[in-house]
Amino acid sequence: MASPDSSVAPLPAARPDGGARVNDFSIQVATANGSGSQSSNTVLLRAIFQMGVPVSGKNLFPSNIAGLPTWYTIRASRDGWIARKKEVDLLVAMNPETARDDVLGLSAGAAVVYDAPLALAELRPDLVYYPVAFDALVEPLTKEPKLRRLLRNMAYVGVLARLLDLDLGEVEHAIEKQFPGKPRARDLNVAAARAGFDHAATLEKRDPLVVRRMDRTAGKILVDGNAAAAMGALFAGVTVVAWYPITPSSSLVETLIGHLRRYRIGPDGKATFAVVQAEDELAAVGMAIGAGWAGARAMTATAGPGVSLMSEFAGLAYYAEIPAVIFDVQRVGPSTGLPTRTAQGDVLSTAFLSHGDTRHVLLFPGSVEECFTMGVDAFDLAERLQTPVFVMTDLDLGMNVWMSDPFPYPARPLDRGKVLGKDDLDRLGGFARYADVDGDGIGWRTLPGTPHPKAAYFTRGTGHDEQAAYSEDPRTFERNLARLEKKLDGARDLLPAPVREGSGEAKLGLLAYGSSDPALREARDQLRREAGLDSDYLRVRAYPFSREVREFVEAHERVYVVEQNRDGQLAALLKLDLPAALVPRLRPVPHLDGLPLDARTVSDAIRAEEAR
Amino acid sequence: MATPATPAAPRTNRLGLSVVEYKGAKSTLCAGCGHNAISERILEAMYEMGVPPERVAKLSGIGCSSKSPAYFMSRSHAFNALHGRMPSVATGAVLANRELLALGVSGDGDTASIGIGQFVHLMRRNLPILYVVENNGVYGLTKGQFSATADLGAKLKTGVQNDLPAIDLCTLAIQLGATFVGRSFSGDKRQLSAMLRAALAHRGTAMLDVVSPCVTFNDHEGSTKSYAYMKEHDVPLHELQFVPAFEDLAVEYDPGTTVDVTMHDGSHLRLRKLEEGYDPRDRGRAMSRLVEAQAGGDVLTGVLFVDAKAPSLVDLLNLVDAPLATLPAEAVRPPREVLDALMDALR
Ligand SMILES: Cc1ncc(C[n+]2csc(CCOP(=O)(O)OP(=O)(O)O)c2C)c(N)n1
Ligand code: SF4
Ligand SMILES: [Mg+2]
Repeated sequence: MASPDSSVAPLPAARPDGGARVNDFSIQVATANGSGSQSSNTVLLRAIFQMGVPVSGKNLFPSNIAGLPTWYTIRASRDGWIARKKEVDLLVAMNPETARDDVLGLSAGAAVVYDAPLALAELRPDLVYYPVAFDALVEPLTKEPKLRRLLRNMAYVGVLARLLDLDLGEVEHAIEKQFPGKPRARDLNVAAARAGFDHAATLEKRDPLVVRRMDRTAGKILVDGNAAAAMGALFAGVTVVAWYPITPSSSLVETLIGHLRRYRIGPDGKATFAVVQAEDELAAVGMAIGAGWAGARAMTATAGPGVSLMSEFAGLAYYAEIPAVIFDVQRVGPSTGLPTRTAQGDVLSTAFLSHGDTRHVLLFPGSVEECFTMGVDAFDLAERLQTPVFVMTDLDLGMNVWMSDPFPYPARPLDRGKVLGKDDLDRLGGFARYADVDGDGIGWRTLPGTPHPKAAYFTRGTGHDEQAAYSEDPRTFERNLARLEKKLDGARDLLPAPVREGSGEAKLGLLAYGSSDPALREARDQLRREAGLDSDYLRVRAYPFSREVREFVEAHERVYVVEQNRDGQLAALLKLDLPAALVPRLRPVPHLDGLPLDARTVSDAIRAEEAR
Repeated sequence: MATPATPAAPRTNRLGLSVVEYKGAKSTLCAGCGHNAISERILEAMYEMGVPPERVAKLSGIGCSSKSPAYFMSRSHAFNALHGRMPSVATGAVLANRELLALGVSGDGDTASIGIGQFVHLMRRNLPILYVVENNGVYGLTKGQFSATADLGAKLKTGVQNDLPAIDLCTLAIQLGATFVGRSFSGDKRQLSAMLRAALAHRGTAMLDVVSPCVTFNDHEGSTKSYAYMKEHDVPLHELQFVPAFEDLAVEYDPGTTVDVTMHDGSHLRLRKLEEGYDPRDRGRAMSRLVEAQAGGDVLTGVLFVDAKAPSLVDLLNLVDAPLATLPAEAVRPPREVLDALMDALR
């Protein structure tokens, strides 16, 4: 079969509105890991953002430093949808290894900018092709082959700017932001973008995609969830940070260290914080717990494999009632299990981490702003409840760049929880560490070093009485467990309440959490517009569940629980919590391919179920 | 028999506390267990050095040895952590409050087997802590299995022989960067007392490996951690004299026969040499001598290595003087302008 030459390829048949598709498309850039495309893609994303158009970016990268294929998708959405979109409207094919499959996977009518030697136009007749000889474009810019490789990627930004009618000035501004204090890198990259821009003037525009200025991003910020959580910890006044590097959590701590060095070292060079890179996650969480015991605001950050290692310590801290904050930036599977792909796979195991009747407080931020606010709140909650608090983000939220309103300065003062000092002990004449004097299940604690002869108590795991003395007495043990249950039950009212959307009148309920939120909101819209299905939506923000969760299930005939895992982990927790009569209302909607959730997956699944 | 007219006022230390203020709960360990003697020596050293009990944080792992902090100094906070994980908890606690005097109590199983990873990294960080390993060569609490410090050829009561080489915690600690390393024997009251007092004056990691016979599971013929074995094979390197900073240093010393180490707080550790040419400030020599001794079945005791000047982890982190734990909100939560600036940078 003869393949048509690109220059005579038929124009795409489908142009629904007969004209331009303004601010509503997605771009996929296919490159090799480590080729510097991350900077180019950020510049492209930022330039669209600066044009006032809502935008989101998803980096789909391999567990590798250099060489393996990487894809970056950018979605511009005039309606403000920022979930991933599965359909690609414009492909930038730079990676010979994947180019063929990338092209074959497109829908008819999509546009392809590609590196000319790849000769992709022969593959299919139903696409719009823009071959560009990138090597020739960047050749005049530098003699260094390594630099040329990087500049090729900035050149495609210039090509896209011309094709999409992006303001070149915004591209240059974005480049400036990308290379602060590096004039040479900035200039070279600007030159590369310009070379692409100029060259693209010779291409005949044959696709409908354009960017037009809007005003929907004014005042907004672009940030990833890890940076947001790091700021949360900073403004929570964290003092001890112990960690062990693991993707996708490392950048959280690395960003935090930068902030601490900048903002928490006095003029005398003395630090109001301690950071230790521990030997493993057991030690990292042990340090956080030791520090929390001694009164510091202490944290660690990790991913699933680290959480597994922290299991025994989590149980100890639960029973000894010690505050600590653990950020779990979830990813797929143990060992070499897609470590750079996203998932909500640690929910069930973390809720009950360790052995015995342990149960932990989990927070589920659903946006970068909540990575910040919950990053602050987690420290207050850990000290108020005297227990470890897990902030369950994920790779999509943590490592991808999201558009957001600027973060609010914390409204409340730090809550340091129930701590007795020397004066209190003078007044009280003593205390019982694990006595429920206030009826909320939470005892008062003292910090080591408190200069009072009655301040000390002996901290140990499960077997202790109200005075913290060793005890194996069955009644004492039962009483202690009952008090802990009361404490966790009371936590429901202290934790972030769920967020409701919808009239409350629909028969259909959608329930989700974390990074699924943007896809859920868009899916609701699709269900209403495309299938006439009205739904209410509840976004759960914490475990133990708020009492509102049960009310929501009670008020809906069917509740679709959408999660980024196979087994319905949150649904399993709901089943334990809800009265048996309500359990059949829950319908799990799993998503488990390691890619960020998109709206279409959700609405398709629900429509199919509803049609049965 | 003469009866004094008025009872003598109870002896007190320089804080005005009597030794009773340093007592703990009644021991539940076996009578004659070496660990009980070590508890006694720790209690005495704390009392004699005039350490305020409220300043001490007792940290331990899991084992008979790790239980023992309950049996001394009830006026100190304590944390009986997880098996092998005391070092991390201690690290966190000391960073949270640099004014704490951290006392870590561990066993040979707790330290040399399950906890070797955390032990290794604690040593190399030079965390300010007095870390005591109560070494009986077995797991007492789980009824007598070999630990990783059991000597090659040592026999259990059941006749089972250990075919693997022992981990020598002192050699390891010296190599890793610990700055005060000593070995003693729970039965040597004088040496252990002086060593504990000196270690309390040290700023940095002081690791003491104290042979502490398990009378129930490892005190028989064929054991190398028994009272009898130690009586025969204990080779002290020197006679220890410790003069705390608050006492007068009466006599001059003779550099020919004595090594004098000035500690961080101005106190003096005096070692009257029993072995020619041993200088505990020489890391390489200390390690080679330990290896020699181990090969010959000798148990070298004394202060094996000391470096009173190395910076501790707290120094390296350049922490503010006040404990991090109780810094006021103004010191730890940056003002609104900082958040505004951070937000601006992201626009
Ligand atoms: C994770 C874990 N594994 C195993 C045990 C069981 N265990 C308790 S104490 C102990 C050995 C203690 O030996 P050692 O530290 O030498 O203390 P000793 O009793 O001899 O003083 C073991 C294996 C435990 N508590 N935790
Ligand atoms: S079993 Fe051994 S180590 Fe444990 S208390 Fe008894 S003598 Fe001591
Ligand atoms: Mg032992």
